[in-house]
Amino acid sequence: MDKQSDPHANGAPDPRASGASPLVELKDIRIAFGGVQAVDGVSLDLYPGEVVGLLGHNGAGKSTLIKILSGAYKADSGEIWINGEKASIHSPRDARRYNIETIYQTLALADNLDAASNLFLGREIVTRMGFVDDARQEAETRKIMARLNPNFRKLSEPVSALSGGQRQSVAIARAVYFNARILIMDEPTAALGVHETAMVADLIKELKAQGLGIFLISHDTREMMELCDRVSVMKNGQLVGTERVEDVTEDDILSMIIMGKNPKRDAA
Amino acid sequence: MSDTDTVPNAAPSGQRPADKAPARSFLNQLELDLRLLGMVGAFIIVCVVFNVLTDGRFLTPRNIFNLSIQTVSVAIMATGMVFIIVTRHIDLSVGALLATASAVMAMMQTRWLPDMMGLPLGHAALPWLSILAGLITGAVIGAFQGWLVGYLTIPAFIVTLGGLLIWRNVGWYITSGQTIGPLDETFQAFGGINGTLGAQWSWIAGLLAAVVAVLALWSARRNKIGHGFRVKPVWAEAVVMAIIVGAILGFVAILNAYEIPSRVLARDFAARGAEMPEGFTASYGIPYSVLLLIAVAVVMTVIARKTRLGRYIFATGGNPDAAELSGINTRLLTVKVFAIMGTLVAISAVVASARLTNHSNDIGTLDELRVIAAAVIGGTALSGGIGTIYGAILGALIMQSLQSGMAMVGVDAPLQNMVVGTVLVAAVLIDIIYRRRVGGK
Repeated sequence: MDKQSDPHANGAPDPRASGASPLVELKDIRIAFGGVQAVDGVSLDLYPGEVVGLLGHNGAGKSTLIKILSGAYKADSGEIWINGEKASIHSPRDARRYNIETIYQTLALADNLDAASNLFLGREIVTRMGFVDDARQEAETRKIMARLNPNFRKLSEPVSALSGGQRQSVAIARAVYFNARILIMDEPTAALGVHETAMVADLIKELKAQGLGIFLISHDTREMMELCDRVSVMKNGQLVGTERVEDVTEDDILSMIIMGKNPKRDAA
Repeated sequence: MSDTDTVPNAAPSGQRPADKAPARSFLNQLELDLRLLGMVGAFIIVCVVFNVLTDGRFLTPRNIFNLSIQTVSVAIMATGMVFIIVTRHIDLSVGALLATASAVMAMMQTRWLPDMMGLPLGHAALPWLSILAGLITGAVIGAFQGWLVGYLTIPAFIVTLGGLLIWRNVGWYITSGQTIGPLDETFQAFGGINGTLGAQWSWIAGLLAAVVAVLALWSARRNKIGHGFRVKPVWAEAVVMAIIVGAILGFVAILNAYEIPSRVLARDFAARGAEMPEGFTASYGIPYSVLLLIAVAVVMTVIARKTRLGRYIFATGGNPDAAELSGINTRLLTVKVFAIMGTLVAISAVVASARLTNHSNDIGTLDELRVIAAAVIGGTALSGGIGTIYGAILGALIMQSLQSGMAMVGVDAPLQNMVVGTVLVAAVLIDIIYRRRVGGK
């Protein structure tokens, strides 16, 4: 990669300058699916209390890259560092051990189960006898939902009966409840209406204020400019560049996405 | 519960007192499962219609007794098929696997143990060692098929279609095609008529079950109150308890009303060298096989609703990707589900061969279709994620009632199968319409 991939290229003051070690460092990640290099030597980092946006066309490799961090795929080469230590993530379970939570584009909920069962899926509260404690799970769900989405009422119905926003709040509640420190959101608002999108945006801001690091994937450049601290643009599996949002315009980002280069940088 | 509960109970408890909730209908207050009511209703209609057509011969204690022991084998397997279908698989091999398990058990108790281990025929350990061998056979073969499906990703349809051809003929080779019998007498007690609790113990079992049911309902209610959830009014709880207790004790009363024919009793007395007292009567009571079914139903329901395994089975059926991303090992889960199925098949093999008092090669033929039909009539969705254990058992009961009812009325055998086939398709159609109405998927 070239100089543009250096995140410290433009020395604006930011939390990273304080010397704190990054929450996440992806170093030279590569993965190929039968001949196609889906992610080709990408390096990214993420600091606590920061939102980093990932932009690019469909098939640019954003989701693939992020699935490597969340344990769904295994990289062919490259390293993942969490809190300054080398991490080995081979499955979603491993990722959870590093407090990495993922909220997927496809709303990864089991439609036939209720909100509480989904929230605790894979990490059920059990009684001393080893049985799932539904009542306690429901009580906990009620508590966290009261905080995240006070209008949420349909606790004992299958989540298929919920609206897109309500379903997304179940997914977000899952991340928040289990004290995620690193949150990956893959198009969290793609299936949502205007009001619900605003709700998710507020949530992202709140989580950021709590010191979580968030990777956000979206196609909506304007939304990204508003929510993110930095944006990284990918094209054909490679990183085009990472920019602080105050240093670039929406048009700059668009040309990075489309042409694979930053016009300003080239002019400079 | 998380599967098919469709009774609207989304009132935001804790926010306003329950007594201010809008007036709810009588049935709503009882919080009964509408689907369960529908199936019980269908079953009652079938029974009443056949009772009229047979001039009251259908709903006699004797026929109800027979009906229940005829249902057991298919019903036990149907509970396992629920898990298989819920995880979006299918098992076509259960009838053939039943033959293999039955063959192993028959050979164990008549040849292998007596000839190789030197245990004499009639030895007390024979039936139990045989059953153990059968259960292991079923579980191992089931797990193997599950491994082929889960880890080698061969479609379950293909694996078990192959199994259907393989296991029946493995059974044939084990016995060299011979019918093996008579089976051990203790073993035969699991078949139905040859092993029953008798009147007194049936009442004790019934009362015990009633007490357990009431306690379970009560502790669930206390648990809900403990977390500040809304609960139904006490009178509604009492009505539900009364219905359950009434059903349990009514069932026991009916089975106890079926008396052992006096010539059978006289023969038993004669065998013991005693004289039968004048006017002596005795009842069959609850067959062991029915107790076995009830035990399987309870265990499977607890697994489905109260354990992580059950939660993962339903989650995987609802959305396999979500389950995988939640850290659930869906491959291993597939192995477990098929192993459970295989074990249940072996239990059914005990009941089926004990009922026939011997093992024959065609045992369990076409059972795969009956089992799948029972699960599906009972509301298990082939698209996965939805199904209940009680539904599958009711489905088996409804099918068996139809079949034996038609036989009693004298309907031609080909027509019987046509009716059962039609009912299967119609049941699924009704289920689809019902789900659309209540706003599921």
